[in-house]
Amino acid sequence: MQKQAIFQTKLLPYALVAPQLAIVLIFFYWPALQAVIQSFLLQDAFGLSTSFVWFENYVDLFKDGAYFEAIVRTFFFSFAIAVSSLSFALLLAVMADKPLRGSMLYRTLLIWPYAVAPPVVGVLWIFMLHPSLGVLSRYLRDMGVDWNPLLNGNQAASLIILAAAWKQISYNFLFFLAGLQSIPKSVLEAAAIDGARPMRRFWTVTFPLLSPTIFFLLVVNIVYAFFDTFGIIDTMTRGGPGKSTETLVYKVYTEGLLGGNLGSSAAQSVILMIMVVALTAIQFRFVERKVTY
Amino acid sequence: MVEEEGFRRYVAHIILWIGIAIVAFPVYIAIIASTQENALIANGQMSLLPGGHFFEVYYQTIFVGTTGSTREPVGTMMLNSLVMALMIAVGKIAISIISAYAIVYFRFPFRMPIFWLIFITLMLPVEVRIYPTYKIVADLHMLDSYAGLALPLIASATATLLFRQFFMTVPDELLEASRIDGAGPFRFFWDTLLPLSRTNMAALFVILFILGWNQYLWPLLITTRDDMQTIQIGIRKMITTSDALTEWPLVMATAVLAMLPPVFVVVVMQKLFVRGLVETEK
Amino acid sequence: MANVTLRNVRKTYPGGFEAIKGVDVDVGDGQFCVLVGPSGCGKSTLLRMVAGLETVTGGEIDIGGKIVNQVEPADRDIAMVFQNYALYPHMSVYNNMAYGLRNRGMKEDEIKSRVEEAARVLELSPMLERKPRQLSGGQRQRVAMGRAIVRQPKVFLFDEPLSNLDAKLRIAMRVEIRKLQRRLNTTSIYVTHDQLEAMTLADILVVMNGGQVEQVGNPLAIYEKPATTFVASFIGAPPMNLMSARADEIKSQLGGSAGEAGIVGIRPEDFVITADSPAGGVTLPLTVEAIERVGAETFVYGARAHDEQRVAATPGELPPGEIIVRIPGTAAPAIGEKIRVAAVREKLHLFSGDGRKRIEA
Repeated sequence: MQKQAIFQTKLLPYALVAPQLAIVLIFFYWPALQAVIQSFLLQDAFGLSTSFVWFENYVDLFKDGAYFEAIVRTFFFSFAIAVSSLSFALLLAVMADKPLRGSMLYRTLLIWPYAVAPPVVGVLWIFMLHPSLGVLSRYLRDMGVDWNPLLNGNQAASLIILAAAWKQISYNFLFFLAGLQSIPKSVLEAAAIDGARPMRRFWTVTFPLLSPTIFFLLVVNIVYAFFDTFGIIDTMTRGGPGKSTETLVYKVYTEGLLGGNLGSSAAQSVILMIMVVALTAIQFRFVERKVTY
Repeated sequence: MVEEEGFRRYVAHIILWIGIAIVAFPVYIAIIASTQENALIANGQMSLLPGGHFFEVYYQTIFVGTTGSTREPVGTMMLNSLVMALMIAVGKIAISIISAYAIVYFRFPFRMPIFWLIFITLMLPVEVRIYPTYKIVADLHMLDSYAGLALPLIASATATLLFRQFFMTVPDELLEASRIDGAGPFRFFWDTLLPLSRTNMAALFVILFILGWNQYLWPLLITTRDDMQTIQIGIRKMITTSDALTEWPLVMATAVLAMLPPVFVVVVMQKLFVRGLVETEK
Repeated sequence: MANVTLRNVRKTYPGGFEAIKGVDVDVGDGQFCVLVGPSGCGKSTLLRMVAGLETVTGGEIDIGGKIVNQVEPADRDIAMVFQNYALYPHMSVYNNMAYGLRNRGMKEDEIKSRVEEAARVLELSPMLERKPRQLSGGQRQRVAMGRAIVRQPKVFLFDEPLSNLDAKLRIAMRVEIRKLQRRLNTTSIYVTHDQLEAMTLADILVVMNGGQVEQVGNPLAIYEKPATTFVASFIGAPPMNLMSARADEIKSQLGGSAGEAGIVGIRPEDFVITADSPAGGVTLPLTVEAIERVGAETFVYGARAHDEQRVAATPGELPPGEIIVRIPGTAAPAIGEKIRVAAVREKLHLFSGDGRKRIEA
């Protein structure tokens, strides 16, 4: 954790950590603390008086069917995005890991979407699949699909999942490729000599050895789907139609924007915090295991 | 490596090209749309080949802006995004490297509690503390300012951890040799540690620049004035009004312009980018 | 030019571990002092205390007549060569050497002449613009030396500077270091765990064990009259044979002359294979178990007929009851043959029963 060789200066280290500490305290801990306090308070309709209500805000939230639906929806989105993006990225990575001519070019051509911002992703996809002017909507209609994601909640949800998964392909691809390249080639050669054909080699050797990477990416993708889809949703559907694409983060945002119930909004933030803590804890347990492996 | 026969290799090439096509198609459509007439697009008659309005559309986008929803030229938005991204990237690196330096190379009371305070911010993304943070920035009169855009995002547990990890791998003898050579804490940092951290800093900068440029939720909250909005916010405002009024070629041109700097960085500095991405996730 | 004097120097770590338990050493001006001992004996800690990299928890360190316990490393007028060289990887060879001089505010032209002179002496002149990673191990080692000599310090400190080199280069550099030190005539303290390096380099040899000094002196004097069984077996390779003086077989041969001695030591080269029994000396019947022929000499490993316990567990020790004999040339007995080896009275080393004291007969 620390060096043996160090400086003995007394005040300098405090000066060095001061800027980061100030920002962390002012913009991270103070607001987080405010959210926690606020979540235990109830304001009357005119904001004139507040009272301490223990967990009432939380209880109300969980009694509210809409909140529960948002939780289920968020988890569904997360898994759908993670699974679709991970499987497609893995397929591409396995192909790119082969000794092909131009493999560097393939990598370059596959990783750049990482740099596209979520709101831009939303704009690109809504434009392609816009009910009236989208270039792909034409073909869907020709095939007999009644395509209108602006009115049909399921179609809106699948559009969000598609766009969000698309953006994440490059990230997953990059980490899968790194994971594949770190598998010692001799192990695969040994499997080949042991009579395993390519497909069997993949499922019995490569895939198990890749499992730490898969697990790591699963967590990262879930975190991504929780938070970074905000920009995609906001430019594509604004949570609609109805509430069919409203995730937990989006709900906090819109309800806060309407300036409604402060206590409820704070309670939602606190629940999100707890979820992040849980996800981070899972991720770190995994990192530890990777180290000892 | 187990050599594979020709057939399987062809399959691999084909799958990869399909993947590239899927990844590139939305962007291709955007580029095409940004060269065509709005009327054609609005009718759903958009061609899949480039139109002839490239210069006209981009000129209007960058220097004039749309006629409806937001009249701010996109050039201004790009400047705002650039300033914010640079402030975030440089700010994060600067304050993280000095705090990591303090934590690794000094022993002082509350060293570990301070480290943990920084570390735990990993678990407090802006999304979980949206409105209280907004309120503080408002109370500090930093709405609609560059400081308000960048400062609250400048703390970085990831960067601090990364530098800490790197400093731990620097041999102790280097500090000892420096001390014998007469270098104090400042000299050692400036003459030895900083030059050795160059690659790490560059890799981190690439990632943080992209992260900063792509910020969305935070600028959405704290910018109200059109001349302070970033390109990501501008693009959303362009499609807020009813579909009929959306000037799609301009929207798509803005999308292309919004992608250009970060994609350029990824492609040109690919090595640093990959390194930064892998390092920051450790 | 300076003496280095250590007076009852102690180091106790915050956890209570006593790394150095009171050391007194006096290194005269221009002398080359070598600290030698097994790993963990405190030799590196002691050197780092002289450098100012470790605090001193007891006693005094005196460099050139000035007590430096509280003085910063940079102000002690010392230069150090590290085991891993600790070159600044981002600086050229030139800048690596110039850095310490610049930090002291020396003028650039003076720096230039000093660095160029050092580079000439160390044959680094064509490489001044290179980065450390472009150099071989031996060249890096020389840059580390160069960084020390351009400073023209009162004292050179070496912390196992040759242990990262291969065997051949190590011998070559050993000779170079000694030549250089003689030329510059700078007081030097050198840490190593290699007793051969220690013997060949030292004016004064300090043998350490468990945070204490076992013996200080001229290397040959130490070799000839080791003060303890630890020194006896640590200095010299292969190590001295140590046997219990109370064993009947030996006691009867020594008679009363052994006095209160509990341990007898005989160096492998002091044995001869002979049928005679020198009066007052020691004769041992052995069964030959192994032979090592290395050209100019041959080592014979034999088991003693009487199954005696060997004494004093020390580094590089043989299994109990085994004796090494060094004979010149390649003629040797056969494995399994029974031989008699003998050493004359003058070649015997006598120690107290606990091995801590040498007894002069």
